[in-house]
Amino acid sequence: MNLFQRYIQRETRRAFLGRAAAGIGSVALASLLNPRLLAGEAADAGHWKGAVNPPHFKPTIKRIIYLYMAGGPSHLETLDYKPKLAEMDGKPMPESFTKGQPIAQLQGAKLTCFAPQHPFKKWGKSGQEISTIFPQLGQMADDLCIIRSMHTEAINHDPAHTFMNTGTTISGRPSMGSWVWYGLGSDCDNLPGFVVLTSTGHSGQSQPIAARQWHSGFLPSNFQGVEFRSKGDPVLYVTNPGGVDAGKQRDVVDATRALNRLENDSVDDPEIATRIEQYEMAFKMQVSVPDLMNLSKETKETFDLYGTQGGDGSFAANCLLARRLAERGVRFIQLYHRDWDHHGGIKNDIQVVAKEVDQGAAALIKDLKRRDMLKDTLLIWGGEFGRTPMAQGNGRDHHIKGFSMWLAGGGVKGGTTYGATDDFGYNAVDNPVHVHDLHATILRLLGINHEKLTYLREGRQFRLTDVAGEVVKGILA
Amino acid sequence: MPRTTTLPLFALAIFLCRISAATAADSAPKPVDFTHDVKPLLAAKCYACHGPDEGKRKAKLRLDEADAALKKVIKPGHAGASLFVKRITTEDVTEVMPPTTAKTGSLTAPQIDLLRRWVEQGAKFDLHWAYVKPTRPAVPDVKNKPWVKNAIDAFVAAGHERAGCLPAPEADRITLIRRLSFDLTGLPPAPEDVDAFVQDKNPDAYEKLVDRLLASPHYGERMASYWLDMVRYADTAGYHSDNPRDVHLYRDYVINAFNANKPFNRFTVEQLAGDLLPKPTLEQRIASGYNRLLQTTEEGGAQPKEYTAKYAADRVRNASAVWMGSTMGCAQCHSHKFDPFTHKDFYSFEAFFADVKETAVGHQEQTKFPSKEQEAEVRKWDEQIAVSKAALERATPELDAAQVEWEKTAKAEAAAKKAPADAVAALAVEADKRTPQQKQAISTYFHSITPQLKKERDQLAKLENDRKQLTQKIPTTLVSMAVEPRVIRVLPRGNWQDDSGEVVAPNVPLFMKPLDVKDRRATRLDLADWLISPDNPLTARVFVNRLWKVMYGEGIVKSADDFGTQGALPSHAKLLDWLAVEFVQSGWNVKHLLKLMAMSNSYRQSSAGSNAMRERDPNNVLLTRQNRFRLDAEMVRDNALAISGLLSPKIGGPSVKPYQPAGYWSYMNFPKRDWTNDKGEDEYRRGLYTFWCRTFLHPSFAAFDAPTREECTVDRPRSSTPLQALVLLNDPTYVEAARVFAERIVREGGANTADRLGWAFHRVLSRGVKPEERTVLMALYEKHLAQYGADIDAAKKLVSTGETSSPKVMDVAELAAWTSVARVLLNLHETITRN
Repeated sequence: MNLFQRYIQRETRRAFLGRAAAGIGSVALASLLNPRLLAGEAADAGHWKGAVNPPHFKPTIKRIIYLYMAGGPSHLETLDYKPKLAEMDGKPMPESFTKGQPIAQLQGAKLTCFAPQHPFKKWGKSGQEISTIFPQLGQMADDLCIIRSMHTEAINHDPAHTFMNTGTTISGRPSMGSWVWYGLGSDCDNLPGFVVLTSTGHSGQSQPIAARQWHSGFLPSNFQGVEFRSKGDPVLYVTNPGGVDAGKQRDVVDATRALNRLENDSVDDPEIATRIEQYEMAFKMQVSVPDLMNLSKETKETFDLYGTQGGDGSFAANCLLARRLAERGVRFIQLYHRDWDHHGGIKNDIQVVAKEVDQGAAALIKDLKRRDMLKDTLLIWGGEFGRTPMAQGNGRDHHIKGFSMWLAGGGVKGGTTYGATDDFGYNAVDNPVHVHDLHATILRLLGINHEKLTYLREGRQFRLTDVAGEVVKGILA
Repeated sequence: MPRTTTLPLFALAIFLCRISAATAADSAPKPVDFTHDVKPLLAAKCYACHGPDEGKRKAKLRLDEADAALKKVIKPGHAGASLFVKRITTEDVTEVMPPTTAKTGSLTAPQIDLLRRWVEQGAKFDLHWAYVKPTRPAVPDVKNKPWVKNAIDAFVAAGHERAGCLPAPEADRITLIRRLSFDLTGLPPAPEDVDAFVQDKNPDAYEKLVDRLLASPHYGERMASYWLDMVRYADTAGYHSDNPRDVHLYRDYVINAFNANKPFNRFTVEQLAGDLLPKPTLEQRIASGYNRLLQTTEEGGAQPKEYTAKYAADRVRNASAVWMGSTMGCAQCHSHKFDPFTHKDFYSFEAFFADVKETAVGHQEQTKFPSKEQEAEVRKWDEQIAVSKAALERATPELDAAQVEWEKTAKAEAAAKKAPADAVAALAVEADKRTPQQKQAISTYFHSITPQLKKERDQLAKLENDRKQLTQKIPTTLVSMAVEPRVIRVLPRGNWQDDSGEVVAPNVPLFMKPLDVKDRRATRLDLADWLISPDNPLTARVFVNRLWKVMYGEGIVKSADDFGTQGALPSHAKLLDWLAVEFVQSGWNVKHLLKLMAMSNSYRQSSAGSNAMRERDPNNVLLTRQNRFRLDAEMVRDNALAISGLLSPKIGGPSVKPYQPAGYWSYMNFPKRDWTNDKGEDEYRRGLYTFWCRTFLHPSFAAFDAPTREECTVDRPRSSTPLQALVLLNDPTYVEAARVFAERIVREGGANTADRLGWAFHRVLSRGVKPEERTVLMALYEKHLAQYGADIDAAKKLVSTGETSSPKVMDVAELAAWTSVARVLLNLHETITRN
């Protein structure tokens, strides 16, 4: 039995026995049949307070919203301005950079430099350089902390996603969101602590993504990221069967609970109490999820801000949902927008995808700010890797030695650019930030020492940062 | 207690509890024991810098074996003269070990005392228990003789008696038949079988039941589920596009092997090296598909060298986990931190598999395996096709005359119709100058177009089409085929781009018994033979421990996936060894071992246990009772379908696709694809036949902790989550099962509601209904009967869930109200619990 299961059993048992002592057990039948008597008695037990409690450090943020740009956005058209590369356009890429380095689809091809396809501009008071394909995000430049010196270890999408999310390319390890939920618990007792929202761009270069990316791996399944969907049931199986309204569903849940409690009276099995609580949580989700998805109380001004009416499965609609999830206390919210794999036609296609992302992301920052939530939220924007300075036709290939991301929100320095790649945008040369370093930093902001958030498995204490990772102090506010 | 925890204090508490229990179970209190007490402590606190990994070793000192350096710091019998003791006891913070900065934390006073006593008592080093070949221990003599049914009970009772514990009484017959049925077949007992067993007063009733269940064809399915988790069987390739690949013949091989009680040593050899056996049978070749079950990629831009390295490492992780209960994967980048597997051992082990033919990047080529009937049928078509072809080619005077006529205009026509190049060329040559080949080319072409032969041509086309249809139905699978072995090098830090490492030949870990192959290159067959050698200390222990887990929910070694120094110690070490030796000497007889366990009184205990025993043995380390636990994902499904009567008993065949929410696969690509539900019987097959998609595993299975099978899974977690509740409440599989069950309740359950409820309880839980339960459910029934009576549309909607046609003759409101009752029954904790 793991720590979490023990905790939840102990808590449910305590709460349950407490109620029994108060007399509910002795008047079982009357109360069993009275939903009102039952409704208020849900214990707090499903509400896991975290393996890191109290936190190792004073946390500067409470929650993460991770805007995951799947496919590998080109840093050279988004956040990393390279005038020298423009000068070198069409000339051979110096072999000193590329010799012996991992390479994906350009294996064996002639390597020539490819100029940035979109101009950059200095934005805001900070004068941060951001591509003109992000007119709205550009206006938020003073809130953004741009990291231009990211590097990673896997050059193909599937392992690179796995690496970015779990800190290793080997399948079966917990994802970042699961680690965070396990580590800190969640402030929300009627929604999962780790929610995933997905959308797909329209440039036609989208890659598959496995559920492994939000899997809890060897952590208890309770910490699995739950996908909220824009079509069909918002959460799998959250909708009642045909012909069953909320009242009848409540009756079925209540009768199930009544019989489970009768079993609990005759059998000493703490799992029964746990099961009862999980049914209560499930029923709460059946109410809270429709409430979450119901946007009728949002103002026209908010819809205009995000540029969506919601419910259309777009990235912007997911940004609005992310804010609503954050308000409800969900710990880790991950938005996947896939379509960044621009092997060809990058000039046009990256503009298409940037437009899909720009307004929603900027709106999310503004919206959180005006609700005074930005200070304890960390937004992360980025993909699993960057793209080559070399041309692949009129696109770019996968690249792992240097790429860019941005962070915004609590605990990080807005209006700054951290680290740099060389003149070609090939290698991260100044203050390189490895994926493990990013993970360590995110955990640090949440108040967790990344070396101490561990889980024993196959005789080894595993952690998100594997055996590496340094907190990037230079970006901390 | 499936796992220890991460909280240090808590871990220590469990650790101490485990030690005391283990000691209590096996022997009287004794002096400091290296294996049980000292080694785990040294491993936790010291091995990071002074352990097997030479790369991280400090001061050239290792504390995992008695080597020369160690003698400099430990004087056996003289704690005061040992630098080792001085360094762990000093108050000088610059000197103390572990260093104050160490992540492992410092030693506590009791721990220091333990180590000091160990040195005082001679600092004895033992090889880790799991690496010492088991010998059959004497069966202990115990007081509680009447309780002892077989050797298992003697070992368990000895543990009880040393700790002053008592076993729980035997479970009631209903519990016993339910327990045995789930454990041995994964299915609930049929209600008639429950009645028969409860009433059977013959002394051999229980044994007959065990025999019957072991002989059931569903036994193989149940055992296969567990094995398939370990070998990571799935219906898709795993990485990136995660495209389908068909290995169901391998799955069926596993089911059949368990059903036929194939000796485990044969089972091992056939999977690792079936293709290398002399004149391998079809079955053995299919079994060798084991080596192909790993995740593969088709991703564009993936580098073959990188993936070949990934696959090689994957095979080491899996084979070492499956057969050796070892975490050799830790030695991919460096020598193991805790166990004596070196960096080189890892790659030497990889080299065994270097001959397996595979595609590094791309779709894996499937091999056809026709049944005997299919082979005969193909032969028949081939004969008919030959006859038909001959008829088409045969020259007759009429045809020759027609050809002469045709040739007059043929030249232009043939070119226009894009006739074969040789025919066009031949026609360009004057008739009398044509070679025999040219004449033939013209004739062949003519026969292929002339209206006079249309009938013959149509017939040939039909035959060829029939043959194609047939061959497309021939099942295919992935098998091992040996090719020239790839060069395997030690990869520094596991880096596949680094070619500087030494080239290695296949070999077993150096600290274990060596292979005897002289100068020959060792093969997978040698590896398999080494694993099943009676001298191998791990294979039999590891497997009997997993059989124990099947029967008790937990292994004798709780960490069934790790028999190394970081794993749990066996709660009953001698019992484990006795079982391991019994297993080997019985001819690796799996059913024999399971029967021994099933027949023991240890197994038959009630799971309730007295309060006193729960206090004294809270984690049931001493087996003072049976365990209660939730059914596995597949069993949860199978149970509901069996209760409703929907379950198909069909065994084997291609994987199937039961209901899955629409759009669940929308994030898959290359190509985009949809899950199309199967119709009819295939909708209601047992869970182990559900199409196992690695990147998007069926969500109802994922909710109940079924693994994605990307890697080896020995221990499934048993969680309890809200998503599980949502599945049982709302997944159409369970709603349909409930409404079909409701139909049976009304049809077969008797005339009045009380009878019907009793009938329903008997089917779901094999027991009668208690008055309080009846009150709750009758209240629900009456309420919903009234509500559905007033809203027939809602009732109709509910009772038409799923593919099964709904009955025309029944009162819809009544059926809907019973469906509500049935849903409650299928959602009960008791229903999804093996007790």
